[in-house]
Amino acid sequence: MTNYTPTALAGRRLPNRWDAVALLLVSGLLVALVSVGKGTISTSITTIQNSPIHLAPRYLPYYALRSTARMFAALILSFLFTFTYATLAAKSRRAGMVLIPILDILQSVPILGFLTFTTVFFLGLFPGQVMGAELASVFVIFTSQAWNMAFSFYQSLTTLPADLQEASRCFRLSPWQKFWRLDVPFAMPGLIWNTMLSMSGGWFFVVASEAVTVGNTTFTLPGIGSYVATALAEKNLPAIFYAILTMFVVILLYDQLLFRPLVAWSAKFRFETTATSSGPEPWMLKVLRRTALFQELGDHLGAALRAFTRLRLALPARRQVDENASPSRLVDILWFGLVALIAVYALVHIARFISGSLTWQDLGTAVLMGLYTMLRVIILMVIAALVWVPVGVWMGLRPWAQRIAQPIAQFLAAFPANLLFPPFVLLIVRFHLNSDIWLTPLMLIGTQWYVLFNVIAGAAAFPGDMKEAVANFHIKGWLWWRKVIIPGILPYFITGAITASGGAWNASIVAEVASWGSNHLTAHGLGAYIAQATNNGDTARVVLGVTVMSFFVITINRLLWRPLYAYATRRATLG
Amino acid sequence: MEHNAPTPLVSIRNCRQAYHKDASADLVVLDNVDLTLHEGEIVALLGRSGSGKSTLLRIAAGLLKPTAGDVRWRGKPLTGPAEGVAMVFQSFALFPWLTVQENVELGLEALGVKKDEREERSEDAIDLIGLGGYDTAYPKELSGGMRQRVGLARALVVHPDLLLMDEPFSALDVLTAETLRTDLIDLWMEKKLPVKSIMIVTHNIEEAVLMADRILVFSSNPGRVAHELHVPFAHPRNRFDPAFRQMVDDIYGIMTRRAPKPQAPTATTAPDGFATPLAPVSTNLIAGLLETLASAPYMGRADLPALAAALQFEVDELLPLGEMLQLLGFAVLEEGDLLLTDIGRGFVEAETDDRKEIFGNQLRAHVPLINAIRAVIDQRSNHRASAVRFRDELEDHMSPEYANDTLRAVISWGRYAEIFEYDEEAQQFGLEEEEEEEA
Repeated sequence: MTNYTPTALAGRRLPNRWDAVALLLVSGLLVALVSVGKGTISTSITTIQNSPIHLAPRYLPYYALRSTARMFAALILSFLFTFTYATLAAKSRRAGMVLIPILDILQSVPILGFLTFTTVFFLGLFPGQVMGAELASVFVIFTSQAWNMAFSFYQSLTTLPADLQEASRCFRLSPWQKFWRLDVPFAMPGLIWNTMLSMSGGWFFVVASEAVTVGNTTFTLPGIGSYVATALAEKNLPAIFYAILTMFVVILLYDQLLFRPLVAWSAKFRFETTATSSGPEPWMLKVLRRTALFQELGDHLGAALRAFTRLRLALPARRQVDENASPSRLVDILWFGLVALIAVYALVHIARFISGSLTWQDLGTAVLMGLYTMLRVIILMVIAALVWVPVGVWMGLRPWAQRIAQPIAQFLAAFPANLLFPPFVLLIVRFHLNSDIWLTPLMLIGTQWYVLFNVIAGAAAFPGDMKEAVANFHIKGWLWWRKVIIPGILPYFITGAITASGGAWNASIVAEVASWGSNHLTAHGLGAYIAQATNNGDTARVVLGVTVMSFFVITINRLLWRPLYAYATRRATLG
Repeated sequence: MEHNAPTPLVSIRNCRQAYHKDASADLVVLDNVDLTLHEGEIVALLGRSGSGKSTLLRIAAGLLKPTAGDVRWRGKPLTGPAEGVAMVFQSFALFPWLTVQENVELGLEALGVKKDEREERSEDAIDLIGLGGYDTAYPKELSGGMRQRVGLARALVVHPDLLLMDEPFSALDVLTAETLRTDLIDLWMEKKLPVKSIMIVTHNIEEAVLMADRILVFSSNPGRVAHELHVPFAHPRNRFDPAFRQMVDDIYGIMTRRAPKPQAPTATTAPDGFATPLAPVSTNLIAGLLETLASAPYMGRADLPALAAALQFEVDELLPLGEMLQLLGFAVLEEGDLLLTDIGRGFVEAETDDRKEIFGNQLRAHVPLINAIRAVIDQRSNHRASAVRFRDELEDHMSPEYANDTLRAVISWGRYAEIFEYDEEAQQFGLEEEEEEEA
């Protein structure tokens, strides 16, 4: 499996003033969303009542279908966003200077924190209608998918091979043709891979965004997430088991019918000049490629698509590249002035919004809570490393074990961990365990698999001649770990660890609070802080919590993961 | 045929390409270059890397806008990628996700040619260039030679008036390159190529003499047309014809004659040749060449074309090497010959440690940058100096690539001669630690 640099690791090294501007703009956007929706939310205490959720198993396929449909709706939105936002950021220097830091911040904002704002906003747009709730849910899923996809696309666009760009220009492709002939295909492997990561992560948010309470507004949309929420409220253990089973089947289908064929297919676009042997063709891809019916269907679809992408849609004048052209100072000044103005405007609004309801003490509380959650994440990451690195190395070095374990680990990473919470919660309630300690592992249930499958990939990619050299020099035991395998897998491990730790922060919002019927468990932490503020409809504290959490995540990424990753890749590669 | 009104295909007058470097002088890539290209000729632009010949090719293609000068395509000022110009790239520049046929059809698609005609024309081009049967293959399934044939077919299918080739054969092995050259020339002589004129950029002297009717020899830094030569031989040409050999020899002479003064930065010259561009030639290569030069059959004096052929070096590789030997005082370049000096002979005869000492002495005597770095290290109490600062200083006098090459050369030589150490991680120069780190 190809190891792509996680998008949060790419790009600039240290926090700079653009981060500050972007943080302001993002927070300002959140505040604006609330402000727009606020009027309706406070006046109408109407609870959106959809048809109630039935716990009978026969409803589950339908619920699963609804959840999946939401997922794909969000995916389409994500692609639209990716193709426009990232393209704009890559083609326009001025836009890029603002858009990319914003994207960077958005990547680090805990997605569930969005729930409050988008719910308020969309319900405000469609007062009392299911449409608003559906859109709010889809939007949350979108926010879990779009950012890294856009980032990956942007990175591809900025690393287009110069000779292919020149060939496109020399053969006079129009920008539209170049987009489909060069930009998109070149970005495809990374984009597909990130889409898959997004979707794997997305199931978590599908489940989390269907049954939502913000202040005195509650909505439940038909779907697996609502099903589980209802089962929790009614203490129905079998129903939870059914839900887990259904999700298992859904993920299996998604994995077999979509994930594997797509990843295998995207290998075609890999930018390499030598033919490399790839693994066995996934059966679904075989079916699609070898079956006459599908082939014919594919041909027609392909022809239509090609005709569409072949349109010239040209703006007539294409000029030479003028490498000495310096951007107009005046436009620069106007542009940055405008950005600064908006940032100041956002700052004023945020200040006004927060100052009414928050004090410095609240900030202190939020930061303290953040430290608690950070402690949890650190402990979990250490445990995950101690457990999964040896296991992953063992498996990665044995081709047969790797073949079995790799897909399972990927599968588990896609499984929405929040469905697995109830059994844990049940145990904690039953045995009166300390929720500060025992709720903690829930944060990493879903994301630890990223550590495992990256370590497996790293160990599997360890060069054969080096293995032979190591055997030849009788390097064994602790020396082998220290000097050979750990440096060898370090970049892979860090790739997995950053995904896992980022996911853990996000999961804290649902993992630090849990309930079983009327038993409510809470751990101390920023996640619980945000969850409670969401429940109370206390938007000011949600803004504060989300901002503080973003700040933590960004700071850790920049000061820990990025330098570490850069170091690991520099050290672990020859030449 | 309108021989009485020959509008040249391309005419370039007073072309200058320079990059602004804030404060200090411009970096001049091309200076005052004239070029006229008529129908029916093959013109080669010959020069070392960095002589601006590829830049000139891109200016002629309408891909790049020159800083100053007049560029005309068929008599009209050129403002963008010209219609009727197609290019073949050194790296082939094939789209890996398109099949051979789709790659070839690319230019036609851009012209909005209908499907049937597209297929017919691409089929013709594919057959012409000897790719029949490979239509549905992907580039990565092909060998380098076949890939470049795709590149050729893709350029020919649009029936360009002018075919531009940017070192088209330099990424191929010797035999494959030769086959492709011969095939191309055969097609050209049989008038089967749907092109009116060919301009080829190369650093391979034999290739230029083999293919071109006219050769423009470029000098480097800044790029200028140093010489223009007409090749009088009829196709097919014989490499072993004495007249052919003589011409190759002459061109070597021309190119080395220009070489001895590599440093001609405009305007502000740095003190003491601090900013002499250096080529990052490995010390192993230097030692190897000196040993070869000292031994039979050369015995201290080698004819460059013969040496290049024996060592399978391109002129692009051999000339910088020769120049660096000359700069360090190990050898002298003279009229296409390389002569070993006494110091060079001493180096060859010495043992490893003595070689390092000789090398170090030569560095100190002839490379002021080495002394400057060492001086800064010695001044500092912690005996460390940042490489960034030297890179910045170099970039005031040369292009970033040259500066990078120069720095790499100095780092590698300085390390070999044990004048200083270099920490890549921190990008810092330093001195050898006295205490030994974990054995």
